[in-house]
Amino acid sequence: MSLLEAKRLEKHYGDHVVLERLDFRVDAGEFVTLVGASGCGKTTFLKMLLGTERISRGSLTLDERPIPDEPGPDRGVVFQKYSVFPHLTVLGNVMIAEELRQSRWLGKSFGAARRHARDKAMARIREVGLSDALGKYPHELSGGMQQRLAIAQALMMRPRILLLDEPFGALDPGIRQDMHELILRLWQDQQLTIFMITHDLKEAFALGTRLWVFDKLRHDPQAPQAYGATITYDLPIAQRQPPQDLKASLAERGLKTLTQETLL
Amino acid sequence: MKRLINLAPSRGGRWMLGLLPFLIIALVYLSLSNARLAENPNDRLLPAPATMANTFFSMATEENQRTGQVVLWADTFASLERLLLGVAISALIGLFVGLANGGLPLVRAKFSPLVTVISLIPPMAILPILFIAFGTGEAAKIALIVIGVTPFLIRDLQGHALRLPDEQLIKAQTLGGNSWQVLIRVLLPQLTPRLLNATRLALGTAWLFLIAAEAIAAQEGLGYRIFLVRRYLSMDVILPYVAWITFLAFLLDQALARISRWAFPWYHAEEGDNP
Repeated sequence: MSLLEAKRLEKHYGDHVVLERLDFRVDAGEFVTLVGASGCGKTTFLKMLLGTERISRGSLTLDERPIPDEPGPDRGVVFQKYSVFPHLTVLGNVMIAEELRQSRWLGKSFGAARRHARDKAMARIREVGLSDALGKYPHELSGGMQQRLAIAQALMMRPRILLLDEPFGALDPGIRQDMHELILRLWQDQQLTIFMITHDLKEAFALGTRLWVFDKLRHDPQAPQAYGATITYDLPIAQRQPPQDLKASLAERGLKTLTQETLL
Repeated sequence: MKRLINLAPSRGGRWMLGLLPFLIIALVYLSLSNARLAENPNDRLLPAPATMANTFFSMATEENQRTGQVVLWADTFASLERLLLGVAISALIGLFVGLANGGLPLVRAKFSPLVTVISLIPPMAILPILFIAFGTGEAAKIALIVIGVTPFLIRDLQGHALRLPDEQLIKAQTLGGNSWQVLIRVLLPQLTPRLLNATRLALGTAWLFLIAAEAIAAQEGLGYRIFLVRRYLSMDVILPYVAWITFLAFLLDQALARISRWAFPWYHAEEGDNP
């Protein structure tokens, strides 16, 4: 039984077809990296998983149940930015997940419940290496630390799938390397299932166990909106380097600039 | 020679430059006042600073023979009570309606057009209605402030709530938050500092409505006094009262600013207005 399954999944905005012919199965524990040209529907796809975009046709199931059309605790998310709450400290940002579970009406815990939430949050914060910054507000943290915080926050819920929308896109190369190590470690330790959008093909190969390339297979010059993008390549990643023939065939399609930027 | 846009005064120089316009205004007033007083020592239009100081001092210390009250303090307390009550009620309504409007699309669809229309009604135009409905007591004056200030606060807070990144609302939902929890743990804490700052801006409007309402019907109050002594051309009362009102407004503004900075440092870091 696979964790996530799509059958003939499509997304339209009126006449504009964004995504079409999506068929896949993803098992628990896979790390799927999504690449593709800008505006090809990667983020739309992630939003369908998240539940903020409706499915136009076909089916998308998580644990054999249709994905609800609003976000929920079974699907964690880290965005490129704005993922953390600016009015809460590092500890508060992570604790809030447990507090929302404990207290339906106040969303805030006190006494023993609060200590429990604190201990739980501390464990997550230690995993991402932010133990020294407990009392700091997000605006006092660097970009990399904010993303670490967002990851710790998302992992509090033990989500069935973790969605990452270019989480390291705004970070410096050195910090990115640290973040790669962190996310790989968490993925292995906690048996996560991860979907990650990236613009960096190298990153996609370095992190994923499976690479999806989003692109349009059909193109009508008279009606550019008539056909949508789909998963044109679904590669299991065994080695940590993109094979030569993939580079060549990606270069043939519209992804030329992308591959040149990141690989050559 | 540096470009003009790159020339900034030093710290001391900034004080001097800031004081200069005040000094010039004071000098102009003094020379005009002296010229008029030289022509007619009983001139009431531009009283000498000493006259104003004497009048103000006696109003602040001597009891009124008829009422037994010290006029300045009675006026100040009456006005501040009306102002603060009006602003506090506005802030509470503004926060709750702004929160509901900003956070719940179904509520917003119902109330947003209404708030927009109400905010366009000139409050002074319905002052007669208020006097008819509430009588000429305190209620009408407070109601005028509330009607004048609340729509602005609601619109400002609603706008701010809508400008908060969607990512935060989505994140809260993925952390298991229900609608109510998202409202009180994500939106409310972020609207509170915004409310303080919107209230600061609204204080000027609140003073305007307060003085206007007092000018028309009151027994005491800063605005009432100014409009009362206007009949006797008592500029020696009016000018110090205006200065006193300005000073009170300044204190209130600074108090709100300090509270906001102290309680919500993250808000000011985000807005980029560090001291």
